[in-house]
Amino acid sequence: MITRSLDAFKANGQIVIVGASLAGLRGAEALRDEGFGGRLTIIGDEPHAPYDRPPLSKQVLEGWVKADRTKLPHRREIDADWRLGVAATGLDRTKKLVRLGDGTEVPFDRLLITTGVRARQWPNPAEAGLEGVFTVRTCDDAARLQAALAARPRRVLIIGAGYIGSEMASVCRKLGLDVTVAERAAAPLAGALGNVIGAIAAEMQRDAGVDLRTGVSVSALEGDSRGHVCRAHLSDGTRLDVDLVLASLGSIRNVEWLDGARLAAGYWGLGCDAGCRVFDVHGVVTDDIFVAGDVARSPHVLFGYQFLSMEHWDNAVLGAAVAAHNMVCEELDRRAHLLVPTNWSGQFGVNIKSVGVPSFGDEIAFTQGAVTERRFAAAYGRNGRIVGAVTFNQGKWLQHYEALIMRSSPFPPPPAGFDVPADARSVPADFPPRGVGAPDVILTGHDPNERQAELVQPPR
Amino acid sequence: MRIVIDLNKCLGYAQCVPLAPEVLKLSGEEAVMYDPNPDDTQRLRVLRAVASCPVQAILLDYRDDPGKTTKP
Repeated sequence: MITRSLDAFKANGQIVIVGASLAGLRGAEALRDEGFGGRLTIIGDEPHAPYDRPPLSKQVLEGWVKADRTKLPHRREIDADWRLGVAATGLDRTKKLVRLGDGTEVPFDRLLITTGVRARQWPNPAEAGLEGVFTVRTCDDAARLQAALAARPRRVLIIGAGYIGSEMASVCRKLGLDVTVAERAAAPLAGALGNVIGAIAAEMQRDAGVDLRTGVSVSALEGDSRGHVCRAHLSDGTRLDVDLVLASLGSIRNVEWLDGARLAAGYWGLGCDAGCRVFDVHGVVTDDIFVAGDVARSPHVLFGYQFLSMEHWDNAVLGAAVAAHNMVCEELDRRAHLLVPTNWSGQFGVNIKSVGVPSFGDEIAFTQGAVTERRFAAAYGRNGRIVGAVTFNQGKWLQHYEALIMRSSPFPPPPAGFDVPADARSVPADFPPRGVGAPDVILTGHDPNERQAELVQPPR
Repeated sequence: MRIVIDLNKCLGYAQCVPLAPEVLKLSGEEAVMYDPNPDDTQRLRVLRAVASCPVQAILLDYRDDPGKTTKP
């Protein structure tokens, strides 16, 4: 967009937001805050007004809060055309329009993509289709699962002990339900926080009465004659009678609707610069397409300029604000989304918070508190500098570690001078090995000037 | 009413909890759990809880907020 038309665009332009959850809502509000007075359309595949997801795996499953009662507060009047309950199915960058599942098309001058992620389903479709097999991402998922838990299943099996799986195990115990957790890694939360912290999380689960099984995977689910799940087969040969299965296997990014749009979109997310501007398939920045929230993947200055996807609440809120600002400003006024990600999880009566990117570290040192009391802080380091921190019931200290991370302070950090733990030596953080997802791309054309990238879409 | 607590910002002082005990609860020592869409009968209690937060982590819908129209 040429600069002299910015005022006209802000007065009369058309912005479309695809994705009507936290990032989409906050992006819309920020656009109006920034003085965008043109036409704003918000498209969402769910029929519901934007709602908050974190309560779904906690107070909703407990039965305290109804699944349809987590609607997000609005910060201000938005004056948008809401198209809810209809999914975007395609993006035409030449005609600059979004195609919708109902056959209609919505033209745009600028586009904000906030399509987020969805729950990874149990990979065997026949087994995933059994009655009593659940995932949780939407409020409809949570409503169905809450009803099933309230019917008091004899044994719940949770597959995967990341944050969501662990929170749901906590809810099951609170409800007095027998629950088995099967985790492929050596400990719960190992992917996010490493096995040193994972071992503490494992103790918390076992003390609460969870039948935690680590280092095993679930090889098959079996249904009874009514098509209801009744048994699980584990990789160690165990057979387990279960009547409710919760697959918490992480998430899949909602990028399929961008097939053919020649953007840097794939299972790894939608690539963008630090100003939320989307990259095309060649890694060249686009002018009119922006992205925020769980689906975005951008280089981060603090973490070796690596491309990071941050599936955190604050990434949606703050990323949407930066995207909105950059959508309606002059080039010299652009801002960067320089998030120091933070995250929280309430489980087994413990408030677990993290800051920075713990999994970017390879060492850990306990810095405050006492592990035995489940009240402590620990720092993560890489190459002698601090890159992350985690607290268990020590949330008030998180800002201290955030400041250290922002300054790339030395690791291990100097003793806090208060509540120093018995053993503050640094040890390997022991993250499970992870394959870094590499995009399947080929280059075509002999002459460098003719060179083109082609994304090779994996089979779906 | 609609509220959301920025639990990144929340430091667990829990001043809000006794002011609106049917809307806000403490799980363990410092994890705040809450009803995001409390009943209108809780209005006064919720407004007090919002005002009591030392780090202003509770966001109230602007339509529910007597003091604000457009800005948070």
